[in-house]
Amino acid sequence: MAAPASAPRTRRRIPWSVVGFLAPALVIYTVFMVLPLLDSLRRSLFTASGELAGLDNYVTLLTDPDWAPRFWGAFANNIVFFAIHMLVQNPVGLLLAVLLTTRVLRGRTVYRTLIFAPTVLSVVIIGFIWKLILSPLWGVMEGAMEAVGLGDFYLPWLGLQGPALIVVSLMSVWQFVGIPMLLFSAALLSIPDEIIEAARTDGAGAWRIFRSIQLPLILPTVGIVAILTFVGNFNAFDLVYTVQGGLAGPEFSTDLFGTYFFRTFFGFQLQLGDPVMGATVAGMMFLIILFGVCLYLFGAQRRLQRVDP
Amino acid sequence: MKKKSLALGAAGVMALTAAMPIATTAQDPVKLTIESWRNDDLGIWEDVIIPAFEAQHPEIDVTFAPTPPADYNATLQTKLEGGTAGDLITCRPFDASLALYDAGYLASLNDLPGLANFGDVAKSAWITDDGSNVFCVPMASVIHGFIYNKDIFEELGITQLPTTDEELEAILAQIKEDGRYTPLAMGTKDMWESATMGFQNVGADLWQGEEGRKALIAGEAKLTDQPYVDALAELAAWRDFLPEGFEGISYPDAQQYFATGQAAVYPAGSWDIAFFEGQGLDIGFFGPGDVDGDGDCVISDHTDIALGLNAASPNAEAAKTFLDWVASAEFASLYSNSLPGFFSLSNEPVTLEDPVAQEALDLRATCDSTIRNSYQILSRGTPNLENELWAVSAAVINGTLTPEEGAARLQEGLDSWYAAD
Repeated sequence: MAAPASAPRTRRRIPWSVVGFLAPALVIYTVFMVLPLLDSLRRSLFTASGELAGLDNYVTLLTDPDWAPRFWGAFANNIVFFAIHMLVQNPVGLLLAVLLTTRVLRGRTVYRTLIFAPTVLSVVIIGFIWKLILSPLWGVMEGAMEAVGLGDFYLPWLGLQGPALIVVSLMSVWQFVGIPMLLFSAALLSIPDEIIEAARTDGAGAWRIFRSIQLPLILPTVGIVAILTFVGNFNAFDLVYTVQGGLAGPEFSTDLFGTYFFRTFFGFQLQLGDPVMGATVAGMMFLIILFGVCLYLFGAQRRLQRVDP
Repeated sequence: MKKKSLALGAAGVMALTAAMPIATTAQDPVKLTIESWRNDDLGIWEDVIIPAFEAQHPEIDVTFAPTPPADYNATLQTKLEGGTAGDLITCRPFDASLALYDAGYLASLNDLPGLANFGDVAKSAWITDDGSNVFCVPMASVIHGFIYNKDIFEELGITQLPTTDEELEAILAQIKEDGRYTPLAMGTKDMWESATMGFQNVGADLWQGEEGRKALIAGEAKLTDQPYVDALAELAAWRDFLPEGFEGISYPDAQQYFATGQAAVYPAGSWDIAFFEGQGLDIGFFGPGDVDGDGDCVISDHTDIALGLNAASPNAEAAKTFLDWVASAEFASLYSNSLPGFFSLSNEPVTLEDPVAQEALDLRATCDSTIRNSYQILSRGTPNLENELWAVSAAVINGTLTPEEGAARLQEGLDSWYAAD
């Protein structure tokens, strides 16, 4: 289109096309995300009647015996929820990615599609399917475990205080394992074959290739997956709400920040919604997520060098 | 292909425009809109209740516009704040509606003649704390008790329905002994059944109904008192009669389990009657009976739904005409018969065509009525007593709390914010 000779001159002009392309996203993001976020933070600094409260709401949330136990309970549960994702979802995602990028495996795309499928399903469906599978009355889980001789180990996990959170976390892992798998796959595929072939010629086995070549080269992706998992987990709400209900039972043992926020802000049954304390919970969630993201940005990402082969 | 979809689109537009004049012409009747969370009842309102009203009042055109139950409170709040809410507001019991009245969104209905048809218990859920202003017309209550499977009772030779908790436990034990059926169909996963169908159901008689409920509010009784510990102990005793894995059984699970004839007794709210009859099950209803052994009985006859007037409605006069009709015997009969299991709160006698619903309603004649003790005033603070009751009742049935520990925790939570004045 434009003659190459005019290129240097246009560089100095304001690139309106760039502004034009950015504007819709910027406007929508500002109006629907940034402003509400700021307004929510502002709200958490005021009382219900509109007087400036400073940090009083935060002090109440973190120390008041009526609020603090639920808040810290949700915090602890969220950490467990996150830990299970980091220990199960991401390693399994990496393993699947490595397996599905090896050339020897047949039907890779079929596997990839199947494993990714739950990610695109509605959480309501995921929750419903798993509730049915695990149901003590008509679930297939008990029968399946009996078939492999583990029938004695079957329990109605979702109703038990100890295992409920772990089981819900594993459902979420099952649903979202496709995302790390996809990201890791993309990173692994971007490693040039020559490097791996050279290593193989030098006598390196599969494990050695993974540990010394593939893993270091996909480290930036490992970091991104970790931070995506962190943000996703600390915002999680829908699965617990679908499977365990708004009170995140039994005895709040599956209560995450998301469900705690929901109950506080919107109310539950006879509990009336409390927009101010709800905004305060949201403010704490924001700070915690911000802290985690900063830790990653300044602690990890700056040290990682993306290798562009 | 393209032509076809165009044709379909055109047909759709034509159907729409054809439907529109019905709403706009007809000599400009006053239009009323009802806000409600009862989207299950849409058909009944459109086909039975509203036509009956419009036949007498052709000058008023009523529309029933429900919102899904879970969204209702939030949606209604937004609509009221934005001034777009309908003329008539379906009222949740107690604080949710009281908050709307206090904020000036609901009008006082003290001058509505039809309110004379309602007793104090009926009005208690929609009245200011000092009793000076009523702001919704009571529509219906739900009664707690037990639904039983007649075929199973017959098969096991159980002919005498229980009238005390000992008799109930003896029957449950007999069913368990026989081994073919699960005695009691309930789970604790969703928790609210434990509190509502359990604690409030068997407890009402233990704490002497209204007397005990008011004593709690007045601060004269505590949840650690014997009646409340006993009510939780009754629940703990149910554990042996529940299906295997009850900790993981949800409300719809338990419903289906009973509906498929695998369990003999179902701790129920009267609203369940219609569902089980719809499944073709031959059922009967009995109350919790004389639980404390003092010769009388109290049932949980919980005020659940009412209708109020949007204070900002431009059609207040027409809306009051409708509300007065809602307070009438005709509405009581129409509503109770259209929705078996929802019982009119009117003093006017109502005859029900559904025999099982009538069995539940008959309990009013032999027993005193009370409402759930956590609903008025006591669930205003944090921790919320109703939420605590759910968690504690389920934990007591699960065996993770003893009845004494459960009662202590309930009272502790209440003490942390509530002091009777």
